[in-house]
Amino acid sequence: MADENKIFQVEIITPNRIFYKGESTMVEFNTVEGKLGVYKKHIPVTTVLAPGIVRIHKEGEEDRIAAIHSGFAEILPDKVTFLAEIAEWPEEIDKARAKAAMERAKARLEGKEEGVDLKRAEFALHKALVRMDIGE
Amino acid sequence: MPSMRDIKRRKSSIQSTQQITKAMKLVSTVKLQKAKTRAEETNSYFEYMYRTVTSMLARSGSVDHPYLKKGDGDKKAVVVITGNRGLAGGYNSNITKLVMGSAYFSKEDAKIYAVGSKGRETLERHGYHIREDNASIIEAPTYEDAAELCKRVLDAFAEGEVSEIYLAYTHFKNTVSHEAKLIKLLPVELDEAANEAADTKVLMNYEPNEEEALNQIIPKYVTSLFYGALVEAVASENGARMQAMDSATENAEEMICDLTLKFNRARQGSITQELTEIVAGASAISG
Repeated sequence: MADENKIFQVEIITPNRIFYKGESTMVEFNTVEGKLGVYKKHIPVTTVLAPGIVRIHKEGEEDRIAAIHSGFAEILPDKVTFLAEIAEWPEEIDKARAKAAMERAKARLEGKEEGVDLKRAEFALHKALVRMDIGE
Repeated sequence: MPSMRDIKRRKSSIQSTQQITKAMKLVSTVKLQKAKTRAEETNSYFEYMYRTVTSMLARSGSVDHPYLKKGDGDKKAVVVITGNRGLAGGYNSNITKLVMGSAYFSKEDAKIYAVGSKGRETLERHGYHIREDNASIIEAPTYEDAAELCKRVLDAFAEGEVSEIYLAYTHFKNTVSHEAKLIKLLPVELDEAANEAADTKVLMNYEPNEEEALNQIIPKYVTSLFYGALVEAVASENGARMQAMDSATENAEEMICDLTLKFNRARQGSITQELTEIVAGASAISG
């Protein structure tokens, strides 16, 4: 049996659905401040997410991974809640589309045309890279 | 007394109207089912968002942040969500009435961000300033639509073009009951209940820091409110239309029933009259 003292609740909620709801022993994810790994009894923190991969560790089971773009996480001692604008499982990602988006974003960043929203292009590139990464 | 032909014509006209209302009712029933599921799915995101933001704000009362203060100007942004089509009972007019009767802003200082053409038309006719018209969003609202609208409204707020932001939409309670609502979005105001709920919670830390977190989270909060309102408005519109069409079909049924009775009477009357005439004629000849 899994150790009761290690397990906590994880919820990933998006505007369109409850993406994931389950138990975990540790979650890893990307924040604007860098990568973060959370065990049970973490100090309460609300943090802003950066596009990246969420890895949900489970005892005796394979880890589950998902792509999350933009949102925030509320960490409580016995629960972690992600409020994400977009969340995807690896099997839901269209790799060809992500690749096309990546190239488009790259071209925009390199081209430095007038009126290009650099921040937005950078964000798009980041998103595409995460998608490519997780899709492998 | 109307002739048999008049009654017959009227009856068939009502019958074809009834067919239309019946079809519209069926269509909106199907659409309502879809919209209702969507509204329910969105609800959990929205609730979490609301809880997080209120508890966050309750504990960060001292933070001096532009989103928490009233802006300088006297203009007010009002996002008005109505339908693009009528025939939905009081659905559209309830919203416009609420906006026009509001004590928060007057005709002169309101800038209307209209979603749905029915509300825009009515408010325009009454002399309101229409800042933006987003009629297409309401057909199939997505989160991206809400995010873009939110960005435009928040930009106007940040630039000082408007000092307050309001949202008028129809809250979907259940299939038969919907309520027109006008809420204040920015500056964020806390009610007492939220304050109490926050007190019992643990002390929360913020990363990178409180102000930056607020900067990121408030726009998402407003977006989620917009999205939730759009989804609920679609469900309410279809619910309202379904009810309106249902009672229209029933009324048509009643009228048809009444006209059928009148038609039969008129027919009987004409037969009796004919018979009397024949008998009278026959007796005149034989007599």
